[in-house]
Amino acid sequence: MPYQYRGDIAHADVAFDAWAPTLDELFREAARATMHVMVENLEQVRHVQSIELTLEQENEEMLLFDFLNELIFYKDARRLILLPGAVSISPGDVGVTIRATLSGEEIDPGRHEVGTDVKAVTMLRYGVERVAQGWRATVVLDV
Amino acid sequence: MNVPAALKRISDTIWELPVSYKEGMLVPARIVASEKLVKEMDAGVFEQVSNVATLPGIQRYAYCMPDGHWGYGFPIGGVAAMDPRSGVISPGGIGFDINCGMRLVLTSLTAEQVQPKLHQLVDRLFARIPTGVGCHGFIKMKGDDFRSVVQQGSRWCLKNGFANQQDLEMTEEGGCFPGADATHISDKAVERGYNQLGTLGSGNHYCEIQVVQPQNIMDPELAGSFGLTTVPNQVVIMFHCGSRGFGHQVATDYLKLFLSVMERKYGIKIVDRELACAPFHSPEGQAYFSAMKCAVNMAFANRQVILHRIREVFSDVFHASPDDLGLRMVYDVAHNTAKLEKHLVNGSSKELLVHRKGSTRAFGPGLPGLPECYQKTGQPVIIGGSMETGSYLLAGMATGADAWYTTAHGSGRTMSRHEAKKKFRGDKLQREMEQRGIYVRTDSFGGLAEEAGAAYKNIDEVVEATELAGLSKRVARLVPIGNIKG
Repeated sequence: MPYQYRGDIAHADVAFDAWAPTLDELFREAARATMHVMVENLEQVRHVQSIELTLEQENEEMLLFDFLNELIFYKDARRLILLPGAVSISPGDVGVTIRATLSGEEIDPGRHEVGTDVKAVTMLRYGVERVAQGWRATVVLDV
Repeated sequence: MNVPAALKRISDTIWELPVSYKEGMLVPARIVASEKLVKEMDAGVFEQVSNVATLPGIQRYAYCMPDGHWGYGFPIGGVAAMDPRSGVISPGGIGFDINCGMRLVLTSLTAEQVQPKLHQLVDRLFARIPTGVGCHGFIKMKGDDFRSVVQQGSRWCLKNGFANQQDLEMTEEGGCFPGADATHISDKAVERGYNQLGTLGSGNHYCEIQVVQPQNIMDPELAGSFGLTTVPNQVVIMFHCGSRGFGHQVATDYLKLFLSVMERKYGIKIVDRELACAPFHSPEGQAYFSAMKCAVNMAFANRQVILHRIREVFSDVFHASPDDLGLRMVYDVAHNTAKLEKHLVNGSSKELLVHRKGSTRAFGPGLPGLPECYQKTGQPVIIGGSMETGSYLLAGMATGADAWYTTAHGSGRTMSRHEAKKKFRGDKLQREMEQRGIYVRTDSFGGLAEEAGAAYKNIDEVVEATELAGLSKRVARLVPIGNIKG
């Protein structure tokens, strides 16, 4: 399983671990774990709108923080449930850069089984680290 | 049991971790709770409240209220007052949902009058108050209009026909924290917020129809002063929501800013980066304080617009004006704020920056800032329980001074959302609640399961602890009969 929710951190919030062999895949899994809190049947999300996203940060950890917050931003500002398609993370001028294609559609409670709104990514127990099998992230979402 | 061996019992409801408990603690950490509640607290509370005690400028004690549980930075239920000259301001001490708070609204209707129309009322409230993930409000505006909203709060609502003068008088600071300056908020925050005015959100946010049963009135005199008991089985409305995506973006923006300057520019080392902070009088600290006030005002305006919708729904269903139905606010209480207040420290009045994270200001009688009608009673305090178990109206007490006149804000969770979702099924819970006389509508059965009553502490024990500790006095218990949830 590429991500797993945890009940042992911060009772009022939603915590998950995500892991993947590559950083690109880790970002995709963490994004899916975040969106899955808000829409339980992600397979019902149609990919009718797409957004090209480029972000730069000093390290992988803060880059994931910004990336997940960007998804939350689009949900609030444009009612969009977006999932990552192509993701590419590479060294940038001052740190690391992500170029990602996000696609999805407006939330439709008639078709989407909505869950709990995610407000923000927190720093509680937050971390991105290299592990023997690749990469792992621990994220607590404020809901 | 997670209770640290160093925790000392000060009284039946006050527990203390001394400064020797953790390196860097500047003051002791105090937990307000009965023995049963303190034993049930999760380990994160003790870790986090003692971390709060290390923050520069903290005065007297770091506090956690009896509904306290593991939060972000501060525990939820956390309270800390900083000397503004030497102390810091911390987004983790305020929370992401800035000025998440509660309102209690009276009606002159009885349960007997409401019951035949309960389904119609709840269905209409559910249709008219946007709830759930990604919900947008019904007031069309542009970014510049929204900047006026966040600078004016409830005053904007009054000017635009969503409020009356009495609503503003019954809201902390008249529904507008002065000093909110929209130049300190990002375009991103505006874009996240301007279409969310008048929306409830999700999670533990709700709008509930409740009944004041005569046997649940603990203090008839105070209840009368707050407008209860005019009719038996009086129906009231309680709702809980905050500043929505706008407040969350403000918190995220400044959390990142503080992380980048805290140590490099100001040499502040903290034990936990969730407590990212800046000196209150630094340019960054002042910018956040002003931006936070914008989010506070957004939340006041949000609750005010929702109140307007509630009035419309009741008016439609009962074919009478809101005035004829007695739809009048008791009070609006804020949960997640930082505010400059004057308190007594070593016998002298001193201005302090009081952080309240998941806790409620509970001014005792005679304190400045209360409406004239509550000068003798103390501030009405609203403590929301789970949607299954009831809520409370209380009053602030003169004996609350040590805790900066602060009390609990809700039941407090004992079970994680993840665990609750595994344990309960939302559709089944909805049916069981209806059999017990509570009609609930929701966008999300998953979200409903997370809010099951069994996931929360016993509200009766929480409020009893606040009363025994001298923080707030029970006035009445309020029983739910209808609820809309995000």
